[in-house]
Amino acid sequence: MKPARALDDDAATAVGPAPILRLDGVTKRFGAAAAVDGVDLDVRDGEFLTIVGPSGCGKTTLLRMLAGLEQPSEGGIVLRGRVINDLPPNRRPTCLVFQSLALFPHRTVGENIAFPLKMRGVARAAREARARDLMRMMRLPDHYFARNVMRCSGGERQRVAIARAFANDPEILFFDEPLSALDYKLKKTLEKELKDIHKETGKTFIYITHSLEEAMVMSDRVAVMRAGRIVQIGTPEEIYTRPVNRFVAEFMGEVNVLGARRRADGLYDSPDAPGAFRVANAAAPTGFIVVRPEFLRLLSGRSDAENVIEAEIYNSYSLGSRQQYRVRAGDQTLVLEQSRAAGPAPALDSRVLVGWDSRDGIFVEE
Amino acid sequence: MAAPDATMHGDAAPRAERRLQVLSIGARCAIPVYVLLALGFLAPLVAIVGFSFATPRGYDAFQTFTLANYAGILDPANTVWVSFVRSLVLAGLTVAILAVVAYPIAYGLARVFGRRAGLVSLLFVFPLFVSENIRLYGWVLFFIKGGVLDGTLRWLGLPGGPEFLFSPAATLFGMVYVYLPFMLFPMTLGLSTVPADLIEAGRDMGASRLQIWREIELPLAMPGILIGMLLTFVLAVGAVAEAKVLGGQSIIVITHDIEIAFTYAQNWPLGSALAVLLTILVGVLTFFGIARLDLDRILGRR
Repeated sequence: MKPARALDDDAATAVGPAPILRLDGVTKRFGAAAAVDGVDLDVRDGEFLTIVGPSGCGKTTLLRMLAGLEQPSEGGIVLRGRVINDLPPNRRPTCLVFQSLALFPHRTVGENIAFPLKMRGVARAAREARARDLMRMMRLPDHYFARNVMRCSGGERQRVAIARAFANDPEILFFDEPLSALDYKLKKTLEKELKDIHKETGKTFIYITHSLEEAMVMSDRVAVMRAGRIVQIGTPEEIYTRPVNRFVAEFMGEVNVLGARRRADGLYDSPDAPGAFRVANAAAPTGFIVVRPEFLRLLSGRSDAENVIEAEIYNSYSLGSRQQYRVRAGDQTLVLEQSRAAGPAPALDSRVLVGWDSRDGIFVEE
Repeated sequence: MAAPDATMHGDAAPRAERRLQVLSIGARCAIPVYVLLALGFLAPLVAIVGFSFATPRGYDAFQTFTLANYAGILDPANTVWVSFVRSLVLAGLTVAILAVVAYPIAYGLARVFGRRAGLVSLLFVFPLFVSENIRLYGWVLFFIKGGVLDGTLRWLGLPGGPEFLFSPAATLFGMVYVYLPFMLFPMTLGLSTVPADLIEAGRDMGASRLQIWREIELPLAMPGILIGMLLTFVLAVGAVAEAKVLGGQSIIVITHDIEIAFTYAQNWPLGSALAVLLTILVGVLTFFGIARLDLDRILGRR
């Protein structure tokens, strides 16, 4: 293993060797309220980092500071060892793809993509050639070059915006939820395309979204933000399987959360469901047990799982290849998913046993 | 209300309804505007055109046809073209000065003043509540010998105010002053339709302030600016009070010539011919201006 990686205290999630961008206690206050509150973050060269959080968590403000559109109230933004807090956006080697895309409506596709080059004084022939190269990279047909950008479809505009962001060959690209306005199918396609472009270009991508799915599909690492702070950072798998708290667990998709209290015998009981539950790696006397729907199973007998709850099938939903069930145990509703091939579907309102093994449950303290 | 006859109701009403449906709902809504335009705009225009072909100094519009009025105006010996040129030059200068003066204010209203923009707009609208003539005479009192400016300067022991009043410059000043709101508000509208993130995107992609202004802000605000320019140009070509009151008739503008023809000279056909020529001139200029406009974008439909 390389020494740089050995020194890294989070070696498992290391993607590149050195941080290209370091945030050191970055804070942004609007009046008395802090939109971004002391964010520390190392962005590795060439990684795809997604910052995810609910609206109002400060992620857009953070991104605007990185792009130079806002100045931090406190803290430092360090690009390759140089503090760039006061460097205006036009002098940063970064480019931002806006949520609105911010395409120039009075310009053609080609002119939009060549715009950053024109601003730098690149000769017409050279910038047009580069624009056509970028169009090819973004799989935009060549004859779109002279088309007015407002006559393009949503997905095409998306590609134009991304092509334009690449024109100046920036070191870091920022994305501010650029896919949020698109329909589901197009969004899914573009997510994968964006990840492919990331792989092909090797640039550092910092992406912002409130959608877990987007974050999971594309990112090397995910940072979860809440109320101006980063709550957890790690690979999508880490965030998904080892959330640090209930907020992260619930943010990353549908989950079952049961309050938990340690008993004298080391098992936990819950005010939310009857039974005594075995919990792996539980250190605290109280907390929450988080069970993802795919780990909660329909059981054929009590001995099938370590933790068992008696419940009643409330309703059933098809997710395509998988079937989701909502079951009721007392006042608590639990959600579970299983593959269609797993067995015959239970009848609605029938009594069932559901359960999970302790290694599949996640214990969080708060 | 009397009950309608049963047969009438069963027969005539649906037919009338059907006839109405031939017109789309938009066309039906536009009927009042059509009537107003026909009576208030088209009818006088037709009358003027009719009079312009009547015998000079006569009142027999539509009964005689002669090109004598136009021939007289276009005769090289006639100096009325000087008035045309004066009006066009004054209007052109007014538009040019207004564009430069109004742009910073419009920029402030659209981007800088924020919540105070409403108050600032109100200050610019306020003078419109006072009659234009009264405002112009106010300026006369300000600039006249022994008036506000002159008197104040003398009181301060200075040599006194400049000889400004009753000059072409005073006329131009009056026009710039009177038509400022008509340039300012369309321009503000134009500037405020430029999305802020386009400007941020421009900065992010390496454009300097000047480049952003030239490449993004100005072209996108142009429809509003053009409307302001057209509006002030058309108004300024037709302006007469400024030249009369502040200019003290030091120069005669074309509208003043038209007025003289209709009143003092009692030569309606000549006045009509002048009016028709002016209308054609302004109409052609306006047409080229409008052709460059995209009203849908100004109104935010795209």
